[in-house]
Amino acid sequence: MPALDVQQLTKTYKGGFQALKGIDLTVEEGDFFALLGPNGAGKSTFIGILASLVNKTDGSVRVFGEDQDRTPELVKSFIGLVPQEFNFNLFLPVVEVVVNQAGYYGIPRREAKVRAERYLKQLDLWDRRDTEMRKLSGGLKRRLMIARALVHEPRLLILDEPTAGVDIEIRRSMWTFLRELNAGGTTIILTTHYLEEAESLCRHIAIINHGEIAERTSMLTLLNRLNTETFVLNLKGRLSELPQLGGFVLQHLDDCTLEVEMSREHTVNGLFEALSRNGIEVISLRNKQNRLERLFLEMVDRRADAGWSSSDPANAPDAARKVTA
Amino acid sequence: MSRQGVGWYRHWISFQTIFIKEILRFTRIWVQTILPSVITTTLYFVIFGRLIGDRIGTMGGLDYLDFIVPGLVLMGVITNAYSNVVSSFYSSKFSRYIEELLVSPAPDWVILAGYVAGGVARGLVVGLAVMLVAMVFTEIRIHSVAVTLLVITMTAVLFALGGFINAVYANSFDDISIVPTFVLTPLTYLGGVFYSIELLPAFWQGVSLANPVLYMVNAFRFGLQGVSDIPVGIAFGIIAIFILVLGAFSLHLLRRGVGIKT
Ligand SMILES: Nc1ncnc2c1ncn2[C@@H]1O[C@H](COP(=O)(O)OP(=O)(O)O)[C@@H](O)[C@H]1O
Ligand SMILES: [Mg+2]
Repeated sequence: MPALDVQQLTKTYKGGFQALKGIDLTVEEGDFFALLGPNGAGKSTFIGILASLVNKTDGSVRVFGEDQDRTPELVKSFIGLVPQEFNFNLFLPVVEVVVNQAGYYGIPRREAKVRAERYLKQLDLWDRRDTEMRKLSGGLKRRLMIARALVHEPRLLILDEPTAGVDIEIRRSMWTFLRELNAGGTTIILTTHYLEEAESLCRHIAIINHGEIAERTSMLTLLNRLNTETFVLNLKGRLSELPQLGGFVLQHLDDCTLEVEMSREHTVNGLFEALSRNGIEVISLRNKQNRLERLFLEMVDRRADAGWSSSDPANAPDAARKVTA
Repeated sequence: MSRQGVGWYRHWISFQTIFIKEILRFTRIWVQTILPSVITTTLYFVIFGRLIGDRIGTMGGLDYLDFIVPGLVLMGVITNAYSNVVSSFYSSKFSRYIEELLVSPAPDWVILAGYVAGGVARGLVVGLAVMLVAMVFTEIRIHSVAVTLLVITMTAVLFALGGFINAVYANSFDDISIVPTFVLTPLTYLGGVFYSIELLPAFWQGVSLANPVLYMVNAFRFGLQGVSDIPVGIAFGIIAIFILVLGAFSLHLLRRGVGIKT
């Protein structure tokens, strides 16, 4: 039985704008699933419908076999939601946010307090339990949204851009946390703007564009479809002349930096053998561009390009240079 | 797992959680929620009851001060039951933490009951406080405890529902003060709080009968003092009908997600 089974889901907003145009999607139990798409593609609308925050226009949603229209309470109890925008009562202390959420799900107060402590500790928020929400930083609020979404121990966790605006250290720790949660059996669906995030976490992926699923496949298949890859190499010595290496396209960036484009038939081992034969020593290398990002640019139409973000400091060329310098 | 059996207990916990959250909200900010009504009614008792009341003499067979006690208590109940729900529910909409409830399995009627119960609690706390203030100025003997409690609770429920509907339609903080200013205050002032409608010419007596607050004030006055301008049974009937209509309408709004879902 799939964790999520969506058929012919449509959403037309009041002004007449059709945000979802007949989405069919299944996600298997235990999967770590990424929903990717440019800004305005309909990701949040889709998730809003799953979580009963947005009224669907047509279609059906089943969660672990239960129909959202027939047994809404059961479906709601299966899902934990981490929304894109903060939705907190800013005048409450942190712990009360989590305890109340447990209470809404019908968990008695004593047990709610035990669970609040467990999840606040897991997300490193226990020291801040008495802090008023409005004094919490954005990164901590994001983590609190995860604790709040887990307090009723959902089988399906849905996160809408969970790491937006979160600094890189907190983001990595959130990734580790989500990986462990998934390993423990929780099915996870997330949307993200950071392609690296999807690549690093998710096993399956769907791409949504203009309210339609453009692609639904496994991350491996997707990455295999890329036929070239570009590396930037920092060299030990100065290189005055470009050598000729069969099968690799080389380009001089400056005296000590070389760009190499290689097709998938070749291996990195082969590249290094060829370089060694020419007496070129390499200090470090990095991927020029996130591979997924390039794939998306090919798949999603040009008008939507602006929506794709590579603002992740980990991907930014400047930051990468500093790391390797 | 028996879904039904577990369901009722779960709903009870959800209700409790909303109710406790609401009580904590208004008690935390009691200076804004409880105190103003107490101060205003104290002033009413001093000015209308003591200073001016002594010159008025009796009204509807009672000392003027005694005559205005039920109305002033009820005014506190009405305003506070209404304000509590309208502010709290509107804030939860405005800051979007209503989503915490919408994603949870708490059914619409549990959500409504939780908010209404919170409003009723604040209404009753203020009603009790005003009653205590009244005791400083006059002796209060309760004619019928049952009628008194029933009227005050039903009135609080009715206006808590009114506050809920107001919050659903409100799109700004200004919208939540329009009804209290332009509807509630006139209705209570013209609802026989300060005078017996027997003082009015026949025509205006007739018009007054269209004001639901009149029935509540009189039923409450009967509960406290055994005196009423209108039969108490009719008063209860009318309050009950209003509760049913507003309650059904509130549930309809929640089910459709008016003002809270897109
Ligand atoms: N409440 C709304 N009313 C009208 N249009 C909306 C509303 N919410 C979102 N939209 C539109 O629906 C489209 C999809 O939005 P959204 O689901 O938020 O996309 P994403 O999360 O992928 O960025 C956008 O064009 C957006 O402008
Ligand atoms: Mg979005």
